[in-house]
Amino acid sequence: MRFVDEYREPDAVLRAVDVLTRRATRRWRIMEVCGGQTHAILAHGLDALLADAVELLHGPGCPVCVTPLETLDRALALAERPDVTLASFGDMLRVPGSRGDLFGARARGADVRVVYSPLDAVALAERLPERRVVFLAVGFETTVPAVAGALRVARARHLANFSVLAAHVRVPPALEAIRSAPDARVDAFLAAGHVCTVMGTEEYEPIARRLRVPIVATGFEPLDVVQGAALAVAQLERGEARVEIQYRRAVRPEGNPAARALVREVFEVVDRPWRGIGIVPSGGLALREAWAAFDAERLFPELAGEAPPEPPECRAGDVLRGALRPPECPAFGTRCTPERPLGAPMVSSEGACAAYFRYRVADAAGAAEGIA
Amino acid sequence: MTRKLDPAALASPSCPAPATPERVILSHGAGAGASARLLAERIFPHLDNPWLAARHDGAVLEAGGARLAFTTDTFVVHPLEFPGGDIGSLAVHGTLNDLAMCGARPIALSCALVLEEGLPLEAVERVARAIGAAARAAGVPVVTGDTKVVERGKGDGLFVNTAGIGLVPAGRELRPDRVRPGDAVLVSGPIGCHGAAVLSVREGLAFETEIESDSACVAPLVEALFDAGVAVSCLRDPTRGGLGAALHEIASAAGAEIEIEEAAVPVAGPVRAACELLGLDPLFLASEGRLVAFVPEAHAAAALAALRGHALGRDAVRVGRVREGRPRVVVRTALGARRLLPLPAGEPLPRIC
Repeated sequence: MRFVDEYREPDAVLRAVDVLTRRATRRWRIMEVCGGQTHAILAHGLDALLADAVELLHGPGCPVCVTPLETLDRALALAERPDVTLASFGDMLRVPGSRGDLFGARARGADVRVVYSPLDAVALAERLPERRVVFLAVGFETTVPAVAGALRVARARHLANFSVLAAHVRVPPALEAIRSAPDARVDAFLAAGHVCTVMGTEEYEPIARRLRVPIVATGFEPLDVVQGAALAVAQLERGEARVEIQYRRAVRPEGNPAARALVREVFEVVDRPWRGIGIVPSGGLALREAWAAFDAERLFPELAGEAPPEPPECRAGDVLRGALRPPECPAFGTRCTPERPLGAPMVSSEGACAAYFRYRVADAAGAAEGIA
Repeated sequence: MTRKLDPAALASPSCPAPATPERVILSHGAGAGASARLLAERIFPHLDNPWLAARHDGAVLEAGGARLAFTTDTFVVHPLEFPGGDIGSLAVHGTLNDLAMCGARPIALSCALVLEEGLPLEAVERVARAIGAAARAAGVPVVTGDTKVVERGKGDGLFVNTAGIGLVPAGRELRPDRVRPGDAVLVSGPIGCHGAAVLSVREGLAFETEIESDSACVAPLVEALFDAGVAVSCLRDPTRGGLGAALHEIASAAGAEIEIEEAAVPVAGPVRAACELLGLDPLFLASEGRLVAFVPEAHAAAALAALRGHALGRDAVRVGRVREGRPRVVVRTALGARRLLPLPAGEPLPRIC
């Protein structure tokens, strides 16, 4: 498969690791921002290959993980309404809110549908005119243009029964929060390649300059990750802090202007609570006033509730900030497993805890262990 | 509507962990961890007997000096027709394959249909025609059956159950617990085509692809293995849960580690591409016309030659081996790292980005 196979070619990856390792004069701490990268790293064993030169910290780039409990509870309450059909991406359905997950609601009779695209949810609204179809829109900047496009279609077709519960989040403010935290451990960031494909890298320039941190927009295959780390290490060794693009086959500094315009037309930047991290200033996107007729938050205001307390045993917040490696969590693999998760990072296909559980532990006894 | 508050949640000082699901959820049917627990906790304790305890695809019974294999399977695939097959031919192939995995030569099939009120009769006949054609092609008659109708909304158009009996020739002993460290693991062709084909036409997930289901009767491959004198330890058809779930079942029954080479597992290009796009692992996608064979190392070459001698097994390859060790499945990646292959927690889910 083109654009995949050449970036998984073992010799090329091992050569790149060798070059990087010889260049490093100390062990640098590099955070890969995106959960997709975290999974690639663990699936291919890149953390072990790079261990002499780089400690990889896993970042907050799992949209499912940072979706706040109150949003999940709201989605659950919406799904339980007899007049509502709730549609979302599959990942969301198993994430525990404070009263269970959407799969459980479906088993109790709620109309919950898995869709691959927001447009599928629009089609659902067209097909079910007697239902109020709500799309639970979760994701970083990558997924936002598709949701904005779907809203445009819904408006053009005068669909009064379609709305969006938007829980979109933005990457740059999170990097800023992580790097400026008092206990910050991060020397450099590998920015999420697909987010940058849409948004470009311009937003990261002031962060790299002001917080003196190299930021490398990086892809998702093994060779991408190693190359991204190598660029970051090269900057660190030279004492530089710039924005660079490793994922050149997809990312331009200006991003995708058409997609950005679409996002601007429909969404505005707002402060947003991130699960496990707290309120991130400018950390989210909400529907603009002009799109109020499609905004589930405005259409179902009675569902807004207090933020429920987080399960105290779940240390997802520390994991999402790179302050705790998943296997160091006392609940990991015992009280918390993908089938009985305490928090979202153990559920999502991009969650760091799920990545460690999938590729490193998960033996019959559930006990944490390495694998030789 | 009023928002219902869970009294247990209010009473608890902290946010409770999600309780054990007390109702059936779709994961219970996905062939992975939840399915296994449903059987072990809620069903097997009430039916306990040595045949079920063998955890095989079918039971082998001694009767009148002969050994009879007996198996049943229910088909709830949606949509009823998909690229490369339909629920009728699938119901025949699935049960014939379960018999073949016991080493049996099929004798006869039964077929029960559950029809939903409102289903066009023409659709019923199409399914019946497909059942007849698949059964004739395999040379096995459908000798008994049943038909029930349920009210509209109480069934998904049409469900099919088939059962089958077959004769196990003397000398064939296929059981998961006969798999031994040192056995080679072979697959008869590219995996996951059926799962990907069905996903490609499923409501809400439809995508354009040339992938066709691999649905087929693999009994001729089994005969080819025995004709070549291969001392087969065990066979599996990697249906629900795919190759990954099949390997887990065998590792657990054999009490040994199974190591597979990631690069050796055959996956057709379009299936790989679909999995990359959808965030799914082909190791857990169903095949309906493939088999996994566990054979002693010394017989591996002969077994591969026998499989490749048949059109259905043309692309047969060796994917791994059984090793001493705790029961688990390990993947050796293309980069040389070893990682665990865990069972997915439930249904394969599309990811967000």
